[in-house]
Amino acid sequence: MRFPTLPSPHLAPSNSVSRIMLQVLVALVPGVMALVWQFGPGVLVQIPIALISALTAEAMVLLLRKRPVLPVLLDGSAALTAVLLAVSLPPLVPWWMTAFGVSFAIIIGKQLYGGLGFNPFNPAMLGYAVLLISFPLQMTAWLPPLALAHATVSFSDCVALIFQQVTHASFDGLAQATPLDTLKTQLGLQTHLDEIQSAQVFGGLSGKGWQWVNWWLLAGGLWMIRRGLIDWRIPLSLLGSLYLLAMFFFLYKPALYPTPLFHWFSGATMLGAFFIATDPVSASTTPRGRLVYGALIGVLVYVIRSWGGYPDGVAFAVLLLNVAAPTIDCYTRPRVYGHKA
Amino acid sequence: MNIEPYRKIAYDGLWKNNQALVALLGLCPLLAVSNSVINSLGLGLATTVALVLSNTIVSLIRSQVSHEVRLPVYVLVIAANVTIIDLLMNAFFHELHKILGIFIPLIVTNCAIIGRAEAFASKNTLDKALADGFFVGLGFTLALMALGALRELIGTGTLFSRADWLFGDIAKHWSIQVFDDYGGFLLAILPPGAFIGLGLLIAVKNVIDARGK
Repeated sequence: MRFPTLPSPHLAPSNSVSRIMLQVLVALVPGVMALVWQFGPGVLVQIPIALISALTAEAMVLLLRKRPVLPVLLDGSAALTAVLLAVSLPPLVPWWMTAFGVSFAIIIGKQLYGGLGFNPFNPAMLGYAVLLISFPLQMTAWLPPLALAHATVSFSDCVALIFQQVTHASFDGLAQATPLDTLKTQLGLQTHLDEIQSAQVFGGLSGKGWQWVNWWLLAGGLWMIRRGLIDWRIPLSLLGSLYLLAMFFFLYKPALYPTPLFHWFSGATMLGAFFIATDPVSASTTPRGRLVYGALIGVLVYVIRSWGGYPDGVAFAVLLLNVAAPTIDCYTRPRVYGHKA
Repeated sequence: MNIEPYRKIAYDGLWKNNQALVALLGLCPLLAVSNSVINSLGLGLATTVALVLSNTIVSLIRSQVSHEVRLPVYVLVIAANVTIIDLLMNAFFHELHKILGIFIPLIVTNCAIIGRAEAFASKNTLDKALADGFFVGLGFTLALMALGALRELIGTGTLFSRADWLFGDIAKHWSIQVFDDYGGFLLAILPPGAFIGLGLLIAVKNVIDARGK
């Protein structure tokens, strides 16, 4: 058997868009596994729904724009958007919400601006924000983590619940507020922090279940940095500024502000730091700019979580800094070799 | 009577130079109150009346006003008209007036009105200024209503809800429930829905224009 022999240099193929997207999807696998382990197989139903809607929406717009359909569909960017959104949704939201959010992300968030590379906002977070603003009730109903679940939800239960073949009553019985959500409502009721955190949903570094999801996403993120898929600057500055700010307020008033590690390992912190904020299209591109961009997202996440109207602020923080990214880039342009600054 | 100039005025006001969709003037009230058809219609009519009145008066006094002070004079004329409209709406459409709130007095600052006064009424005879005010106002109202219908339909699944605020008791049952058992879509009612909706309307207009060529 003969193998085709290529001329030198015999280097590994350079990264293409689809290769990068595929590797990011691989990096998400541990996080998805943790989600399934802690919150049941709902996310495994959401991902196919999201994928199908994303690819359909993208194909439809491309046909309307009279652009080649297959190459764009195969670059994997729409698939990545779909999976990122599916991972950030509560596992049992109705199917039409997932489908709508993903279609909105692809059509309005990406294709209307001109497709991949032209979108000023991270499409997945745009879809998430639209869903959160429009359907606050369903978007805050998370399942209890493994340690607290009274009954395990099987795969077929999830399918039935997501496609709404069962009444809402059973779903309401299952749903539970997230640790961040509990924290926000209880602090609003002037409850002492220690008292709040003795509630069942808290445990370990942040909340039962939540910390595992964040640990595993962190693992996937570190793998991506090792592979050179993402720049270390954005996650580092994001987590760093979140840590410092949380530490400052924790030391200032431990009765009101939870520990920095609580912020690191609850909600969408790790997903945001490694998978969302590092989106090469909508993030800042200069080295110093990335540090500023990440740090400001960290600050905003803390501000929204502590004093804002929503329990978690990763989506809004990323979207706001997406708007600022071009300006940040403009002021942090690296010095060109041989020229003065 | 030569009808040609009026036809051009109507075409410009309603379509070619639509204040909302082409000139993008008066966006503040346009985006803020267009969350239902009736709100849109109420504000659109108020704007139209203000436009007709101010165009008429500006056209009548155009030879007396010196060039240097024209803008303050126009603003005074518009402010006086809007105050009259504000008080009348408060008296006769009190419920609607409560909802539209600050946006009725804010018609004073609507660039579309001072724009028409400056660009058209101060250079044309009374009849043309009147026609211009009417058609520009109508164009604005129609765009506002289209956006209002879009947002109300998507946001709450109804059309013409609370029509009695504008048309009195006979309109109590005009509200149409288009989708039964509709959960509502908050985004369309909230400010982002206004921006996205207006963007889509402008896109539709551009598509129609492009097809026409």
